[in-house]
Amino acid sequence: MSEYNFAYLDEHTKRMIRRAILKAVAIPGYQVPFGSREMPLPYGWGTGGIQVTASVIGPDDVLKVIDQGADDTTNAVSIRRFFVSTTNVRTTTRTDEATLIQTRHRIPETPLAEGQIVVFQVPIPEPLRWLEPRESETRTMHALEEYGVMHVRLYEDIAQHGHVATSYDYPVVVNGRYLMRPSPIPKFDNPKLDGNPALLLFGAGREKRIYAVPPYTPVRSLDFEDHPFTIERWSERCALCGADDSFLDEIIVDDKGGRLYVCSDTDYCARRQRR
Amino acid sequence: MIDERPLLSVRGLTKYYGEHLGCRDVGFDLWPGEVLGIVGESGSGKTTVLGCLSGRVPVNGGYANFQTRAGGVVDVLTLTEAKRRRLARTDWGFVHQNPQDGLRMAVTAGGNVGEPLMALGARHYGRVRDEALDWLGRMEIDRERIDDVPATFSGGMQQRLQIARSLVTRPRLVFMDEPTGGLDVSVQARLLDLLRALVRDLGLSAIIVTHDLAVTRLLTQRLLVMRRGEVVESGLTDQVLDDPQHPYSQLLVSSVLQP
Repeated sequence: MSEYNFAYLDEHTKRMIRRAILKAVAIPGYQVPFGSREMPLPYGWGTGGIQVTASVIGPDDVLKVIDQGADDTTNAVSIRRFFVSTTNVRTTTRTDEATLIQTRHRIPETPLAEGQIVVFQVPIPEPLRWLEPRESETRTMHALEEYGVMHVRLYEDIAQHGHVATSYDYPVVVNGRYLMRPSPIPKFDNPKLDGNPALLLFGAGREKRIYAVPPYTPVRSLDFEDHPFTIERWSERCALCGADDSFLDEIIVDDKGGRLYVCSDTDYCARRQRR
Repeated sequence: MIDERPLLSVRGLTKYYGEHLGCRDVGFDLWPGEVLGIVGESGSGKTTVLGCLSGRVPVNGGYANFQTRAGGVVDVLTLTEAKRRRLARTDWGFVHQNPQDGLRMAVTAGGNVGEPLMALGARHYGRVRDEALDWLGRMEIDRERIDDVPATFSGGMQQRLQIARSLVTRPRLVFMDEPTGGLDVSVQARLLDLLRALVRDLGLSAIIVTHDLAVTRLLTQRLLVMRRGEVVESGLTDQVLDDPQHPYSQLLVSSVLQP
């Protein structure tokens, strides 16, 4: 497809986005505004993520794209094909082989390494939005570190459900300063954000924000002293690979109540099965 | 034992909205444990004074020295936004006329009362909840309603919930803007009884803006009468109400209907 520039975006746009990414890396967890472009896929499908990926990808990169942990779902397949046709880079499903991983709603189970970049697709970047609709006010709250109200949300969860029922997009504090939405990853993945050796980039296309968690940055999930942060646990193991340490999806297999639990991370599961 | 220094000392407070006068040269001292009433007709500038003092409205002149809990004295009119917002959380309470302005209508009663505590760093769910329950009890709201949202409350209950929310951090100074406005008379009477007991028990210092002279008679020790942006008379509440000197105060007092 010679009619497109490498990675679809023109070089000026990539420079603008890279500048935003640099600022985001310099201020971990801070939401940097950027001039989000129209992309050839609808808002909500990862327009922020592919703009970030397009700005950092090079000809030598090895790309992995996952959607809910799977390499073979619609969103992952179409974004992977998009980058193959506009950059001709090598792609992989193996987490440890990839230099660049674009993900929707999961962090791979295989531990990430230095030098890897993970790009998250973010629908709503503002963690305070649920209680404060004014952007000017949420910015002031970030600037003055007025984050006490965020605990009201956890309070409401405990008051209504007896425990913190928020199970995805669970709010975190990055580097002891900025409150951040980790995108809709399950809270199971929150501990992986903390001190991760990889560079984590977050792109919100519709909301026009980029933020980042640089390598080895402390990331703490909010909680109460008497209701500490916990992650999901399953009484089952993965029906395919037997893993008891990965995030499991529940799959209905018949109309008689039969169900299976399998790893949501298809690469992790497939490699365990081969072993 | 009364502190010898006023809690809040205001001089020359002036605010213009463009050409239009908001208030001019307003000055008074508020002593610890004292409740000051500001009365006047609509448009007389009383809400402007409250807005200026609580930092919500930028002023054109004057100063307002406030003795903080931390010990220092600050001019609240020239504080940076960061410092003012911190002071508002630690030292002030604010009761709006309309409870919907002071409450989060989609958050439960317990969450509403607990929020100021959590904003000050409370991170223990059990203790926040106990405190919220205690305050619902004080405000005569059924403790069973702690997990209901204020949208399901009556107007009087909403107002009492708002007061609980603004007092839970034990503020040194409470701003009240028509706290009983918009409530029917029997609910008003109950709210006034509650407020009077709270003011006495907690030794609250408060500034109450109202057009209702009965409210000032019950709650306040001193009174400012405002007209067209200026203070026309000030003094002890009983003195001003029983023996008004300024023609406008006389008019105001004589226009109260006696059933």
